[in-house]
Order: sequence, then C-alpha cells, then structure tokens
Amino acid sequence: MKPIIKVENLSKQYTIGGAKEPYSTFRESLVKAARVPLNAFKRRNKENVDNRFWALKDINFAVEPGEVVGIIGRNGAGKSTLLKILSRITEPTKGKVELYGRVGSLLEVGTGFHPELTGRENIYLNGAILGMKREEISKKFDEIVDFAEIENFLDTPVKRYSSGMYVRLAFAVAAHLESEIIIVDEVLAVGDTEFQKKCLGKMKNVSQSGRTVLFVSHSMTAVQTLCNLCILLEKGQIKSFNKTNIVIRDYLNTSKSNYRTFDKGLKWARITQEENNIIIECEYDLKNLIDIPHLGFVVSNSLGSPVFASNPSIENLDFSIYEKTLKGKITVIIKQPKLLDGDYWLSIWFGDSKENFFEEKDALCFQVSAMTKQKQNSQLMVGNVLPLCEWIFQ
Amino acid sequence: MDSTASDTKDSPINQVSPSDAENDASQTTHQITLPEKPIVVIEPSKGWIPVDLRDLWHYRDLFYILTMRDIKVRYKQTLLGAAWAIIQPLFTMLIFTLFFGRLAGMPSDGIPYPIFAYAGLLPWTFFSNAVTNSGNSLVGNSNLITKVYFPRLIIPIASVGSGLVDFAIAFGLLIVLMIYFGVGFSATLIMLPVLVILTSLLAIGIGMWMSALNVKYRDIRHALPFLIQLGMFISPIIYPPTIVPEKWRFLLAFNPLTGIIEGYRSAIFGRSFDWFALGISALITFAILFYSAYMFKRMEKSFADII
Repeated sequence: MKPIIKVENLSKQYTIGGAKEPYSTFRESLVKAARVPLNAFKRRNKENVDNRFWALKDINFAVEPGEVVGIIGRNGAGKSTLLKILSRITEPTKGKVELYGRVGSLLEVGTGFHPELTGRENIYLNGAILGMKREEISKKFDEIVDFAEIENFLDTPVKRYSSGMYVRLAFAVAAHLESEIIIVDEVLAVGDTEFQKKCLGKMKNVSQSGRTVLFVSHSMTAVQTLCNLCILLEKGQIKSFNKTNIVIRDYLNTSKSNYRTFDKGLKWARITQEENNIIIECEYDLKNLIDIPHLGFVVSNSLGSPVFASNPSIENLDFSIYEKTLKGKITVIIKQPKLLDGDYWLSIWFGDSKENFFEEKDALCFQVSAMTKQKQNSQLMVGNVLPLCEWIFQ
Repeated sequence: MDSTASDTKDSPINQVSPSDAENDASQTTHQITLPEKPIVVIEPSKGWIPVDLRDLWHYRDLFYILTMRDIKVRYKQTLLGAAWAIIQPLFTMLIFTLFFGRLAGMPSDGIPYPIFAYAGLLPWTFFSNAVTNSGNSLVGNSNLITKVYFPRLIIPIASVGSGLVDFAIAFGLLIVLMIYFGVGFSATLIMLPVLVILTSLLAIGIGMWMSALNVKYRDIRHALPFLIQLGMFISPIIYPPTIVPEKWRFLLAFNPLTGIIEGYRSAIFGRSFDWFALGISALITFAILFYSAYMFKRMEKSFADII
C-alpha cells in the first residue's frame, strides 16, 4: 500500500552552546556583519566543526495509512525533534517528508490555553490553534464538553480550574481533531489514571477509524497497548523499526541492563532479584577520603513513575563505626516492599554527606518476576508494590 | 534539494515496511484513499520564500480567534475596562492642549487645538499600540510557536487587528468632540476607511518586521518604546506640517505617517486631500510591507529553534 507518511534522509542540525549564536544581540550581529569580509573563510572552517550536532541524521521510514506507530528512545535520541519536523514547527536541515494527509499534532496538552478565558472560549481557541475550523468545533462542542466532564464550569475562566479539569479539557479538544495523521507526544503522562485510561481508549478509537497515529512515549505500557509498529531512535538515527513487542524488547535489552560500569568515582553498579529480595550492589574508588559513602537510589516503574527510594540519611545510619575510606563496596538489600512482575528502572546518586559526585537517572534496568503471586491485574490498575498486610476478620 | 539517491546506501533501514496489515482485521475495515500528490512536503527552504496566501486564508479562523482573544484578554481584571481605549488619547490630548496649545501657542491650521491634536492622536495611538503589540507578539506567544504549526504571520497581524476595536471606541470620542467644537461632518469622511486600512497595513508591515527581529534580538523590546516616542515627534501630531520651513518640508514626506495623519485631518475637517503626500505614504507603506514579509519569511524557519 502507498505510504501516508514518507520520510527520506531527514536530518536536523542544531548549534550547541546556544548562548552564542541563536540568542544573539543586535550589537554582536553588527560586529559580525562588519567582519564578514575578513571572516568568510575562517567561519566556514571553524564553527562548522565543534558546536554543531545532528539531532537527527538520515532518517528514512514510511508509514502506511491506519498504522499506529510508537516512537521510543532515550532522552535526546531525537524523538521530539522528529515530531517537531513532522508537525512543521521546525525545518529540517536536510531531507524531505511527504505527507499525504492533514496533520494534527498534539505536542503538549493545552497549547495556547489562556488562563483568563473561559472553558468555552478556550475550546474554540485551542481548537483553532490545532487547525480546526470554527464550525467544526461548534459541531463537536458538546462531544468535547462531554468527554472532558466540565459541563458546569464552561463559563469559568480556566485559571480557576483544577489541574485535572484543565488537562481533561485540553485533551478532549485535541482528541476530536479530524486530521488523517495525528502526532502525539507524551500527553498521556498527565492526568489521573481513570482519565489516562479514557484517553488510551479514545486513542484506540482514533486508530481504528483508519487514521494514522505517531505516538511518542516513555511509557512502554502505553506504546504496547496502542501501537502495532514501533520506531526505536538512538542518537538521532533509527535503530529499529518493527513490530512493537520486538522493538520494545530490543530497547529494554540493549540500551539498559542490570549491570553497568561507570567512571566518576562509582566503578560499577548492579541490581538483581534474589528470591524475594532486591539487591543493589556497587563499588566505588575515589581520589579523596570521604566520611560517608552516600548512595541514594530511586526505583521507577516502566512508565517512569517513581515507586520507592532511599538513602543512608533517610535510614539514619551511624557512620562513626566505619573508617573513612577511598574504596569500598556497598550492598543494599531491599526486603520490603515486594514488587509486582515487570520491568523497573534504577536511578543512582553517589556522594558523601555534602555533595553528589555521581548521578544517573534510569541508570539500570531490571526485571522482577514471581516475587509476589499477584499476576492477574495490570499495574496500571493496582500499582507496582504489594503491601505487607495484616488481615483481621471479625 | 539535496540528492536523495546518493544517500540511500547510508541508511540501512531505507523504506522498511514491516507492516503486516493484512493480519490486522481492525485496520483493513477502513480504507482511506490517499491523494495522488502529497498534501504537505516538508523540506529545508532556500532562497526567496513567497508568502503562502492560501495557507493564510485556510487559517483565517485562527486569525479571527486570536484577534478575539487579544481583545477579550486586554481589559480582563481591569477596573476601567475598555475605557482605557479612550483615556489614553483623551488625556494625552488634554496635556498637549495645555502645554503646546495654550502655553507654547502651537498653530493648528485654524482648528481648535484640542480637536486638532485629537485627530492626530487617534490614528497615532492606534498605530503605536499596534506596532508595540505586534512587535512583542511572537515572543509573547512563544508557547504556540514551539508547539504547533500555523502560518506565523497570523500572530503579528492579529495583534494589529485587535487594536482596531480600541480605535473604534476612541473614534466615538472624536464624534463627541466634533459635535462639541462644532466641526461639521463633511463628505471627505468617506476616505476614513481607506486611511484606516493604510494605517493598519503600515502597522502590520513594521510590526511583523519588529516581531521577527525580536525573536532573535531581544534588543527590540527595549528599542521599540523609544523608537515609537521618537516617531511621535517626527510625525505631525502635535504640530501641523506647515510649521516646518518650506525648504525642509519634503523631509517630512519620507515619514509615511505624515501623509496618513494629514489625511485623517483632511477627512475629519473637510479639507482637500494632499494626494501627492498620501500617494507617497501608500508607496512607502507597501514597500515596507513587502520588505517585512520577505524578512519575516526568511527568519520564520528558525523561530521555533531560537525563540
């Protein structure tokens, strides 16, 4: 079948050290203009090399109508840049995109909402900003209000809305876009679970109506539920483009592991499940003596939400019994809470009592299986941990 | 365009289509017929980029809604509301009348000084507010620019459009003043719409140019109020052009506002128009408009990256 989105050799270059070039003052430009005859050659050679990087490099792919394609990758892999180019917000440096349908993009919930305007006025404003016609909005107005559940607050300025209402209204407008191609960036991360489910449902409907969806998310669960295909971006290039579960497996396996070596003081770290405990181990090797080897950690679920965290000062540990050290190994045995089956991420901070020498978010990834007997429920519904309960029946 | 053929060897995943659409029942139920030619082609732009009028027309609803937003929001949470549209020119007029009219004895072509000044202040207030709002409009709407596509030109133009409401309110006061000072309503008033359009076009021209520059050089934000103040003194608002010595008067014509503001006075006081001065103003206005549109389109592509 003919593709509805065709991307050829798409590349985007940015200048880093943004302070220098992009955000210049008039004076600098005048000075520069005066120097142009002198610098014509110099500039070409010098500036091109260092402070430029390719956010996207030679991207090629095609999407057929009706497909729902997830785009995943670590931060800085180029996901947002790709969406921005496809939404025509920014121009590519090289390459070409052909779109055989109208594009509606939703890169942010409530783009252009004005706090002083009422819900009703903002529906029209936001709709028009997203590219809808006034009559189109009027036709769908009731549906939008229904979906957002804000009937009673239609004539209240949105600055008086609760954040939940705000998000609901914003998503409701966007969900009623009628374009053939819909581009969505991480918008489901907001709102409460109930509404997230509703949004996911709406997105599923959208895709079943034959429209094409590009969906960026950090939430593997959401990508898995929605998308049949998935693009994995890495350093501005397509690492793989295949069926969603294959790509997600690749992503979790290759880009993340439960053991990694580092520099900057922390030599390595590992996280494993042993029986019903989770064990974090790491070794450090420092140049200066430190009083407290201070290891902080946060365990997050696959949606990126933190589940639990700790560090020695929270535990009120007494370090006076230990000698000051340069090297050492730290082992943390986490006995409670029990985690439900799934993939989890570990973020690590390491330092002494005063400062952190090392920090990396989502540094390690690990899998939990059969720690609890709970399997039947989606973690979207029941959370990630099993509490330690005492049941009393009287 | 960059050659696409030579690059294909570098891309291992060139045109992969791993879809098994036929296995997916839900997808084959809705067939979409695709247009022959792409609706949108995204490429790096080069050289001269024309203003896409069809695209602007397509987004006319957004233009209307943004204008309405600016109008609605402007006087929200103010005590006096839309009265500000009158207060500004009215008090300027009173002060000018006191200092220039009474104390300095500024000539006013035989017209009572208050209404003479007001007739100049009316278009000037509209023009200066329009240029200020328009010049700051892109930066003020950066959240839109980085998150959604639409023709960027709409933003500075809508800012000028919303100023027209203030103009209409202030015009109401002019009618009151005309009755009070016994200035008759003459047939020349039918020229007013043309003059308003010309003023708007000039404001759009300068406004969109300033707004684009402002994205890159925030100096504009500081320079604009100062330039506008300057503009007030080099335009015949508090004085008639006749006080400028004959041999230097041609210099005034380089300021497109001279012809326009004198045009307003001619229309209001029923004098004959200086068609030559108006013609020059119109010419300069269109020249600025085209130049600004050209500059705007050239800078537009980098807005989202540097704003």
